[in-house]
Formats: sequence, C-alpha cells, structure tokens
Amino acid sequence: MTDSVHPHMPIAKKLTRSFFRTSSSARSLSPALSVVLVLPLLAVFAFGFIYPVARLVALSFSGFTLAQYRRLLEVPLYMDVFAGTLFVALVVMLSCLVLGFPVALAMARVKNRTTVLIGACVVIPLWTSVLIRTYAWIVLLQRNGIVNSLMVSTGIFDKPLTMIHTQGAVILAMTHVLLPYMILPIYAVLRTLPADYARAARNLGAGPVRAFLTVTLPLSLPGVFAGCVMCFVLALGFYITPALVGGPGSMMISTLIGQQTTVLMDWPFAAALATVLLIITLALVFLFRKTLSFSRGLHSVA
Amino acid sequence: MIGQSLSLVSLEKNYTNIKAVCGISLDIKAGEFVSILGPSGSGKTSILTMIAGFEMPTAGRIVIGGRDVTILPPNHRDIGMVFQKYALFPHLTVAQNVAFPLKMRRYSKKAKRDRVDEMLELVQLQSCADRYPDQLSGGQQQRVALARSLAFEPPVILMDEPLGALDKKLREAMQFEIKRLQQRLGATVVYVTHDQEEALTMSDRVAVMSNGTIAQIGTPVELYKQPRSPFVANFIGKINFIEGRYLGEETGAVSIRLSQDSVVTARHTGQCLEPGTLGNQGVRLAIRPERIKLVARGAGGTAAIPGVVNTSVFVGSFSIFLVHLAGQPDQVIQVQIAAQAAPPFLSNDEVDLVPDEGAVHIFPATAEQAA
Repeated sequence: MTDSVHPHMPIAKKLTRSFFRTSSSARSLSPALSVVLVLPLLAVFAFGFIYPVARLVALSFSGFTLAQYRRLLEVPLYMDVFAGTLFVALVVMLSCLVLGFPVALAMARVKNRTTVLIGACVVIPLWTSVLIRTYAWIVLLQRNGIVNSLMVSTGIFDKPLTMIHTQGAVILAMTHVLLPYMILPIYAVLRTLPADYARAARNLGAGPVRAFLTVTLPLSLPGVFAGCVMCFVLALGFYITPALVGGPGSMMISTLIGQQTTVLMDWPFAAALATVLLIITLALVFLFRKTLSFSRGLHSVA
Repeated sequence: MIGQSLSLVSLEKNYTNIKAVCGISLDIKAGEFVSILGPSGSGKTSILTMIAGFEMPTAGRIVIGGRDVTILPPNHRDIGMVFQKYALFPHLTVAQNVAFPLKMRRYSKKAKRDRVDEMLELVQLQSCADRYPDQLSGGQQQRVALARSLAFEPPVILMDEPLGALDKKLREAMQFEIKRLQQRLGATVVYVTHDQEEALTMSDRVAVMSNGTIAQIGTPVELYKQPRSPFVANFIGKINFIEGRYLGEETGAVSIRLSQDSVVTARHTGQCLEPGTLGNQGVRLAIRPERIKLVARGAGGTAAIPGVVNTSVFVGSFSIFLVHLAGQPDQVIQVQIAAQAAPPFLSNDEVDLVPDEGAVHIFPATAEQAA
C-alpha cells in the first residue's frame, strides 16, 4: 500500500521500503529480508556441517562396501561400547531428571531474589569450561584425592577406593556437567504455569502430593521431555569428560571415534561409527518428539 | 451438602509490615449470596484466599456449617472455588475437569459419569464434554469452571472476580446465569468483585471493603440509599459531593451554608450524623444525580441550591446535566433527569437544584476522603 500513500516517492526508496517490510507495520519482515538474515547461518551450516557429514557418510562406504559396518557388528567390543554409551546416557539423563526437577520446581516457586540465587548456582557452572569441571572431579575422585583421603582419615574405608576411571565416575561427572540442560527447560515450563492450577487442584480435594502428580507434573512434561532429549543427546556424544574421568573399561563412542581417527588413522571405520551415532541420535530425537505430540493436552501448554 | 452457613470471626491477616485484613467478622447464612466489594488492595482477595485455605489467617477463625476449618488444609475444606482466570486444567477435557473433584473423592465410575453429565447439563455444555479448555470460548470456560466447582456439592462456593475476563454483554448474561444456578441449588456464595454494578445486581448482601475493614455491609438497597460514609456513597453508584458549613438545625432540618450567598436546609436522614455533633464545622453533602430536580431559578423554594447549567449530555433513557453552583464555577454537580424531546435548559441557564426529600446525606467534612 506504500504506492498509494506516497505517490511521489522515488523508485529506489520504494524498493528499499518494500524490501524491508511487507506492510506498513514494522513488525513483519519481508520474505526477502528474512532470507538475507538467515543466509550467513545457512552458509556456515552447509559448509561446516552438511558437507563434512556427507563426506563422512560417503567415506564410511568407501569402496562401495559395507565392510566397515560389518566389522562394527561383528566385533563384540564395538557393540559393547555402543551399549555402554547408551546405558551411560540413559543413567545420566535419569539422574539429571531426578536431581534437576526439584531444583527447577524450587526455582519456579520461590520469590524473586531466591530464584536469582538458585539460577546463578545453576548457570554459573555453565560458564566454566567443561575441562575445568572435569578436572575438578579428577581432583576429588583420584586415588589420593580429597574424597579418598577424607574417607580413609575418618576411618570409613581402610584403604583408598578406585573411584576414578570407572563408569560410575563418568556418570557422576557427566550428570554434574549436564544438569543445567535439564533444569533450565523444566524451569522455563514451570515458571509459565499459573499458581492457580495447583491451587485449584488443592481446592478440589487433592493433597499436596496428588496435586503435584495430577496437575503440576503432567503440565511440566514438555519441559521434562525437552530436558531429557537435550541431556540424552549431549551425553551420547560426550567426549572430554569420559575421556578424562573414564577408563578403558568404560569407553564411550566418541572416545572410540577419537581413537580411530587420531591414533589408528582408520578414517573409514571412524566414519562408520560416527554415522551410526548420528542415526541413533536422530532416531531418538524423532522418537521423543513423537511421544511429546502424543497427548494433545500437552500441546496447549507448550 | 450444598448451602451451609459461613462465619468469619475477627479474621486478621498481616504480611510483613502490611495489615491486609484487620479483624473482620461476617456471618453468612446458608444459601445466601454475599459479595465482597472493594477497590484493589482493600483486602478482599486476602479474605477469599484465607477462606479457601491457601493462606493462614494471623488471627481469628473461619467456621463453615458449625465446623471450625481455620487450620484445615484446602483439600479438606470442601469449598468450591471459581478462579479469576478459571484455572481449568489444560491437559484434561471438559468432562475430566468436572470429574476431577469427584475422582479425588473416590466416587464410583458410574456415580462420576452421572454427576458429570448432570453438571454439564446444568451449564448447558453437554456437547463440549470431550473438548479441551483451549477449544472453548471465554464464556464456555467460565461455565465449565462453575460446573467443576459445583460438582461435589460444596457447602460454600467462592468466586474471585469470575467475570472479569469477559466482555460486557457476556458478563451480564453470566451474572444472571450464576444467580439462577445459585438460587436453584440453594448454594452459599461468597463473591469477590471490584465492580459495584455486579455486586448490586447479584447479591443478597454486599460487604464494602476499605483498607482491610468492612466499611459497611447491607442489602444493595440499604447501601445505595443509606451509605454510612462518603467512601461507600461514592463507591456504590454515582454521587455528588458539595462542601458546606453547618449552621444549625431545627426539628431535624439542618441549615448548611454552601457559599457567601446560598444557604440550604436539608432534612437529614438520621443515619449518618448524631444531631449536635457538628457544631460550627464543615460538612459534606452527598446527593445522587437521579434524586435532584432541575427547575428555573426562583422556583425551588428553601431547599433549592442555585446553579448555572454548564452543559447537558443525552445518554439514551436519560440526560445528564452538568450544573455548577452559583458563584462556584469549579463545584460541578451531575443531575440525571428523564430524557425529553427538547432539553429543558440550555447552557448558561440559571436554575435551582432541588434535592428529593431525604436524598441529601450529610457527612462531617473530616470523614475519610472518598476514594
């Protein structure tokens, strides 16, 4: 409608106008501008992700054989690594959920200043490097570490326990690192739930626990799912923490892939491993989304 | 059982350094519709949350049908409540929402289904049983909330500005709907609102709140005709205030000087002043706009207040004249008279304002300022 309103406007100016917005409202951008804004990201994504992944997948089939995949299936060690990785990711996800939900609930329920305080406790570790947080666990868990010397000096254990380089240590450290990814999405959903829902449930005859189970928990599921997907997927591909805290008996896929590429230089096999990891991840995300859209009621909240 | 009495006994609520409710006592009979009316911050919502059990009173007791519920948790009080924004559970269907309180009370499957059907029929929403709340209009959601709160036949039903989110037409329709249901079921209803019109049209009695206390409680007619303070007079309906000076009284007729050259005599209605307490002090006259007549200057007699017409506005069934007092251009009085084909007075006409018999309320000028 710009034309009729400004009949004497120079053509160039008109073009700039229509480029930047579709209507007189400044809120909506024209499709052309939207594309321009997204273009740099798309370019980076195409060159930095899609192209290498495509090359990787191609590499895993090099020589047009399924040999790499057959090897993956036939050698029990590799299947064990996959199973172990899935197990660790699952346990980490569940422990994040169990530990994180109460924190998110507390954050959503308490008054402003306390929310900021809890929020800071959750977020500040995120700003610290994963490496540092992992080394902290090494300091704590190693043979002559803080936990062991404390336990021995207080007489709880006779001699230091082997805590570092075990699967338990990997789960512990990864749970710690990934906890914020569970807390934040749940908190985001809980915060938007009006307190009146819980009150209405109490008013209608539900005790505190029942009100939580029948109203608050189901309504927070979108956040729970989001947090679970994020934790699980991040845990599947975790590299630094398992590499440092874990041992040979608790190897995870990314560590294996790292080994194949940097130590053994077996690129086709590493590519096959990476492809399988990618497929598992995508399948799981898809599955989670399916579950999420299972209940219509959840949609109205999310 | 639906419809029981509710008593608040010197109920108090203090938050850190704020007194929200200061010693309120209120007896509500079984089957009565009582509104708690007040501006925001007057403590009306605090009273409701205490009755519902979401907050503990600092002092005082709450008794429902002879049972002291002051320290009971909300789920053991059996109170129905309609929330301001309905608070329908978005993950449950309409039928599941209405069945929620029945499920909590372990009704059998059949009893539950029958009751839900009955409630949905009551609010005429049988066809929406399987929809989700976000698929309903505001008015329909409101009716579901109503059905849910009534489903377990609560002794007392609380409503927290339940019509606030609806548009005017729908609000009026719902007022009648709620009133109809309440009378049909014989429910005891405590209705919190800041809309005086809503309170007047629906309630058996209205409690007007101001600063954590009940300024006045009575039937809508009592509150309208005999306000006990300028605050109540101003909050319920429209009213004009005129400042004056008390001169004296003879056999109930009070003389009040309004300005240098106008003195009015008003028969005071007796409910707001103790005779002889005023001395030679300032008073405030309060007169409803529809209880003043306009006549030509000089035709009004001794009770008349001389004025000059500023302007008039046609509002449909009546006209509003804005008249300022003679010699006091900033003291403007609203007069409401039945609409006529041609306005009886034009701007700048000199007129007499004649209040109806008993229409003038006299308050001491020191009384609380009207909000």
